[in-house]
Amino acid sequence: MSHVSDLIEKDIEAYLHSHQHKSLLRFITCGSVDDGKSTLIGRLLYDSKMIFEDQMAALESDSKKVGTQGGEIDFALLVDGLAAEREQGITIDVAYRFFSTDKRKFIVADTPGHEQYTRNMVTGASGAELAVILIDARKGVLTQTRRHSFIVSLLGIRNVVLAVNKMDLVGFSKETFDKIVADYRTFANRIGLADIVAIPISGLRGDNIAQPSTSMPWYTGPALMAHLETVEIEDRLQHAPFRFPVQWVNRPNLDFRGFAGTIVSGSIGSGDKIRALPSGRESRVTRIVTMDGDLPRAVAGQSVTLTLADEIDVSRGDVLAGTESPPEVADQFETTVIWMADEPLMPGRPYWLKIGTRTATATLAEPKHKINVNTMEKLPAATLALNEIGVCNLALDRAIAFDPYASNRDTGGFILIDRFTNATVAAGLIHVALRKAQNIHWQALDVNKAARAALKGQKPCVLWFTGLSGSGKTAIANLVEKRLLSFGRHTYLLDGDNVRHGLNQDLDFTETGRVENIRRMAQVASLMVDAGLIVLVPFISPFRAERQLARGLFEPGEFFEIHVDAPLAVAEARDPKGLYRKARRGELKNFTGIDSPYEAPEKPEITLDTTRNTVTESADRIVEALRKAGILAGSH
Amino acid sequence: MTPPATVSPSRLTHLQRLEAESIQIMREVVAECERPVMLYSVGKDSAAMLHVAMKAFYPAKPPFPLLHVDTGWKFRAMIELRDKLVKQLGVELLVHMNPEGIARGVNPFTHGSAVHTDVMKTQGLKQALEKWGFDAAFGGARRDEEKSRAKERIFSFRSDQHRWDPKNQRPELWRLFNARKHKGESVRVFPMSNWTELDIWQYIYLENIPIVPLYLAAERPVVMRDGTLIMVDDDRMPLLPGEKPMMRKVRFRTLGCYPLTGAIESNADTLPLIIQEMLLTKSSERQGRVIDHDQSASMEKKKQEGYF
Repeated sequence: MSHVSDLIEKDIEAYLHSHQHKSLLRFITCGSVDDGKSTLIGRLLYDSKMIFEDQMAALESDSKKVGTQGGEIDFALLVDGLAAEREQGITIDVAYRFFSTDKRKFIVADTPGHEQYTRNMVTGASGAELAVILIDARKGVLTQTRRHSFIVSLLGIRNVVLAVNKMDLVGFSKETFDKIVADYRTFANRIGLADIVAIPISGLRGDNIAQPSTSMPWYTGPALMAHLETVEIEDRLQHAPFRFPVQWVNRPNLDFRGFAGTIVSGSIGSGDKIRALPSGRESRVTRIVTMDGDLPRAVAGQSVTLTLADEIDVSRGDVLAGTESPPEVADQFETTVIWMADEPLMPGRPYWLKIGTRTATATLAEPKHKINVNTMEKLPAATLALNEIGVCNLALDRAIAFDPYASNRDTGGFILIDRFTNATVAAGLIHVALRKAQNIHWQALDVNKAARAALKGQKPCVLWFTGLSGSGKTAIANLVEKRLLSFGRHTYLLDGDNVRHGLNQDLDFTETGRVENIRRMAQVASLMVDAGLIVLVPFISPFRAERQLARGLFEPGEFFEIHVDAPLAVAEARDPKGLYRKARRGELKNFTGIDSPYEAPEKPEITLDTTRNTVTESADRIVEALRKAGILAGSH
Repeated sequence: MTPPATVSPSRLTHLQRLEAESIQIMREVVAECERPVMLYSVGKDSAAMLHVAMKAFYPAKPPFPLLHVDTGWKFRAMIELRDKLVKQLGVELLVHMNPEGIARGVNPFTHGSAVHTDVMKTQGLKQALEKWGFDAAFGGARRDEEKSRAKERIFSFRSDQHRWDPKNQRPELWRLFNARKHKGESVRVFPMSNWTELDIWQYIYLENIPIVPLYLAAERPVVMRDGTLIMVDDDRMPLLPGEKPMMRKVRFRTLGCYPLTGAIESNADTLPLIIQEMLLTKSSERQGRVIDHDQSASMEKKKQEGYF
């Protein structure tokens, strides 16, 4: 790969020394094949001599066979190779290309395709420090230019190169170039893109790519490559406050306890004071440990291991921060969410949220609005579909440390994960904490659950009965409650129908309604357990995700998922409330088992086979299981 | 590698950034997966990856074993370095060789490179991952190796049948990796994805990482077969009529099974000279691998079958 430098041949050691001090720039190219994007990237690879002779030979023969340049070298072929993969149905979100010059190493994120453009571009832009926005000089600023620029701005890329391509096709006209640049700047100002460098190029002919163009003497700025090699990337992360999400606790022996992680912003020196969040406890850094020896100071981008002066409780997911400007801690946020999955956002359904090294459970409210990425118009929305971007309030099951995305990508950007498919379904950006959450702290009261439970001489828990309508949940729960009462236990049976009449009378039976119904039931049950009670919840609760949500509200060992199992045919034959008949006649919509699915538990604490066991036998089994679990041990 | 006392904060070099990124990826896997393993092929990419792993968990040892899927036909010098390093670094090494392949006497001469590679390498790897119940396996593959790898994710998920489902891979944003998986599923993780061949060599040079001497030129016995220089590494290699091993100053750009790895004639017997030769060379890295010349062996297909 004959590199540009003569130094390689003359003095390889000197070359290696200079190469060792190269910096790295990650950038994204935005535009479509029509804009000449593949040609441009191919040209950058070619001009930086990253093409081997065997690849060059293949390129020449391919150019003759399938090229679009009339037998001339078609640089796009160097990077395309994606059409065949698309035909095979392979999802390509981002392709990464590498090239280097004597001054810098470059990683280019190339996002192909129109259909998934938003999703792909967001992914590519998330790691980029600079964006090259391509415009076809014949067409000027188009809808897609605005879309690309909006995403670039949304993802917080501050350095933008406007590459006005195909200047050869407009006679290298200065007027055309100036007009496009003026149009673009007007628009870019509106969306907050300020640092724009415009360069007139021809990717095909190589004008202003590696060499200054001789056809455009009126342009006196740098060629594209020269600009990429020298552009100063604003290193605000280095001057931002110290943030260190703890990734892994390193404990090789009893004498060493280190916190491993990557510094995502700022710097830290040994002796510096830190605060662990969300706990708020403070300590001092005693050592910055690396295999190459302890460092006096480490900076953003470095992966290190810190030891602290005090034995404070710190674990994976916590953030270590400087004490002067620590991040906020909150559990409710206004966010922008970019939806990336085929199945749309379900407001109220719990998702995993991963931010930094922390994973929490998140539920999203209905979007406040979605954004038309072509016009930046705000539109009303009840959900977000694939490739849609919207603003949503989001609530977590615990408080986390965060910064607004605009000031820190790593402590303000998150992904959402489907709890059952494990797919990454969305990316999100935190804007602000919602005040209401910040001001309502969870009160740590003096009289707590343990005190209340002790007074009753019992261990509180929830018995969550799930199963089809007519499986026998309520009958069994009733009998279990009677037994517990006879042992002197304090119980409460939270009946689904009764709750529907009161607390949840505003909810319908759509999937969304059911999700919210369960959420409220689970919250009420959780308060009752906090009050020290044994709570029985006979409740169809057909979706695993929501039962999982309920489980998550309780401490380990407090939640008993009881699968009251009856085949649909058996339950339908019993039909104690005549509901199956109604559903079959079509008078009852969304009825579990008929036109709405039931997802059986995968690992329930107790499974009851009601085709084999009577109600009494089933109740006995539950009481026995509670006894074994120590729930019934006590002074009675 | 990590900068000394006078860090110029804004100027981490490209290798420092790559190293930090790879360390972050490795730690993430250890934090989120139950039973990780590092696939260790003894080649230069493995050497660099292992070195990064030693750094990532220092002062602890990497909290996972190395796994070498041996085919029985690796260069002897590879096995020597492997055993020496493992002892020196104090890491755990597991070696697996496909017992069915051994029983059937599979070898590259009578079965050809495609069958040999499939049975001993691809099947062997699957067997090993199942045998020890690993749910995450680090591999040293890089995105610059060839066009089709440019789009590879760093976390690549496999079904419980070890199949790669290209339609079902997850977007990777920022430094956030979603490592969640169902029971039985596993993930291949490529922490060196963003390194180039030059980066690897430069890192080995700067960090003084031990590599198999076969990368450096020396006089070695070779035969010319189908236009490729093959080293006669032991007496199991059947010589064709008229073939006579000759001493040539050769070295290898990649290392694998000796009957399947072509040597190049070279005088580069130091690391800087290797790097110089690579920078001035005119053919791409994988050219020396006989496996890629087998026509039906597209990388895409191999990946779906479980080869890296």
